[in-house]
Amino acid sequence: MALITDLIVQGAQMLLVLLLAPLLTGFVRKVKARLLRHQGAPLLQPYRDLLRLSRKEIVVADTASWLFRVAPYLMFSAIWVAAALVPTFALNLVFSWSADLIVIVALLGAARFFLALAGLDVGTSFGGIGASREMMIAPLAEPAMLMIVFTLSLLAGSTQLSSIAAYMSGPDVGIRISVGLSLAGLVIVAIAENARIPVDNPATHLELTMVHEAMVLEYSGRHLAMIEAAASLKLLLYVSLIGAIFVPWGMATADQGIAAYLVGVAVYLGKLAVGGFVLAVFETSVAKMRVFRVPQFLGAALMLGLLGTLLLFVSRNL
Amino acid sequence: MNGLSFDIAHLLAGGLVLVSFMLLYQARMYALLNLFALHAVVLSLSVAWQALIQGAPHLYVTAAIALGFKGLVIPLALHRIVQRLHIHRAIEPVVGIGLTMLAGMGLVALSIGVVLPVTAEAGSLAREDLAFSMAVILLGMLMMVSRHNAVSQVVGFMSLENGLILAATGANGMPLVVEISVAFSILIAFIVIGIFLFRIRERFDTVDLHALDTFRGERR
Repeated sequence: MALITDLIVQGAQMLLVLLLAPLLTGFVRKVKARLLRHQGAPLLQPYRDLLRLSRKEIVVADTASWLFRVAPYLMFSAIWVAAALVPTFALNLVFSWSADLIVIVALLGAARFFLALAGLDVGTSFGGIGASREMMIAPLAEPAMLMIVFTLSLLAGSTQLSSIAAYMSGPDVGIRISVGLSLAGLVIVAIAENARIPVDNPATHLELTMVHEAMVLEYSGRHLAMIEAAASLKLLLYVSLIGAIFVPWGMATADQGIAAYLVGVAVYLGKLAVGGFVLAVFETSVAKMRVFRVPQFLGAALMLGLLGTLLLFVSRNL
Repeated sequence: MNGLSFDIAHLLAGGLVLVSFMLLYQARMYALLNLFALHAVVLSLSVAWQALIQGAPHLYVTAAIALGFKGLVIPLALHRIVQRLHIHRAIEPVVGIGLTMLAGMGLVALSIGVVLPVTAEAGSLAREDLAFSMAVILLGMLMMVSRHNAVSQVVGFMSLENGLILAATGANGMPLVVEISVAFSILIAFIVIGIFLFRIRERFDTVDLHALDTFRGERR
C-alpha cells in the first residue's frame, strides 16, 4: 500500500511538471509583454499553441531520414524524465535515488545531441548553422554545469538532489561564498541552456541571432509541438532546480501526508512565479550579446564553478 | 558565533578574490574603475569585520583609509585622468580573456596550494586570509602583465596593494604606523604614476606601454 501511495505521489510530480511547464512559459511571456507595456498573449496561450500544433498536418522534407521524425520524441522524453526527477514539492520520493545531478546533466546532453543531429539531418543551411552554434555553446555550458555540480556535491557529500536539498535547508550550511558562486554560475548556465536573451532570443526568427530556432525551423505539426513542450519543460526544470538547491525551504518529505504535500505545491508555485518574474525582468533589461561573446559569458560560469570549488577547498582544509 | 564569524570573514575575503577576477574579466575602462572601487569597498568591509572579531580597534582606521583613499579618491582621480586623456574606449588585453582567466585560476590554486601547507600552525583565520591575499596579489600581478594600457596597469597595481592589506590584517599585531605609511606611499606612487601618464601621453600620443618598448628599440 505504501508503495502504491509513493508511486502515486511520484506520478503526480511527473504530471505536475508536464502541466505547469507551458504555464511558466506563458507567464514569462506575459510579464515580459507587460514590462514593455504591451497587452501580451493570455497566460494559457502556450497550451492553445500546443493543441493547435498537435492537430496540424506535418510537413517533412524529402531529404529527411527516420532520425528527423524520431528526434522530437526522444528529446521530449529525455527532458521530461529529467524534469520529473528534480524535487519540486517534496523530497525523498520513490525515484529520488536516481535523481542524481549528473544523470540530469547527461539526460539534457542527450536531448541536445538529438536536436543538433535533427538540425543537421535535413541538410538546409539554417539547420546546420543552428546545430553548429549549439555545439559551440554546449561544450562550455556542460563543464560549467559539472563544476557547479562538483562544488555542490563536495559541500553536501552527495550528488543526489534530495540529499543536497536536505543539506542546504539544514543548519550546517552556514554562509559560504561557494554557494553564492555556484548560484551565479547555475543562473548563467540556465540562461544559456534555455536560449534566453543575452545568449539567444526565444521569440525571434532573425537569421543572424538565432540558435535554437534555427535548428527547429524545419519542424511542423506534432513534432514542433513536442519540441516546444520540451523547451518549456527545460525552462521549468532549471527554475525548479535552482529552487530546490538554493531555496530548499517549504518542501514536504515523503511521509508527512497530504496536507504537507499541498503546502509544498503552494510553495513550489510561489517559487516558480518568483523565478519566472525575475527571468522576465532580467530579459527585458539586458541586450542580446553577439554570438562570439557567448563563450566569454559561459567562461565566466565555468570560472565561477572552479573558483567555488577552490574556495571550498580552502575552508575545508582549515 | 565562532562558526558564523569565520563564515563571514571567509565570505568577504573570497569576495575580494572574486572581484579580482571581475577586474581581469572587465574590458571597459569606466566599468574597470568602478570595479576597482568595489574591490576597495569589499576590502574595507573585510578589514572592519576582522577588527570586530579580533577586537583590534586600530583596524577600523585601516578600513577607513581603504574606503576613503581607494574606494573614493583614487577611482575618482582615475576617472578624471581617463576623461582628460580621452582613453575611455575598450582596453586591449595582451592575450585573450579566456586564457587570462585560466591563468588566474591556476594562480589561485597555486597560492592556496603554497600557503595552506606552509602555515599549518597559524590560526584558521590568518591562514585563510593569507591564502586569499596571496591569490589577490598574484591576480593583481597577472593583471599588470596582461594589459597594454597604463591605466589598467595602475588598477592592477592598486588591487595588488589591496591584497597586501588583507594579508596584514589577517596577521595579528601589525602596527598602525606601518599601515598608514603604506597607504601614503601608495598615494604618492599614484601621484607619480599619474604624472607619468600625462608625460607618456604627451610624448607618444598613446598610453599603450608598448610604445615605450618600440621607442627603446626592443620591438620592431
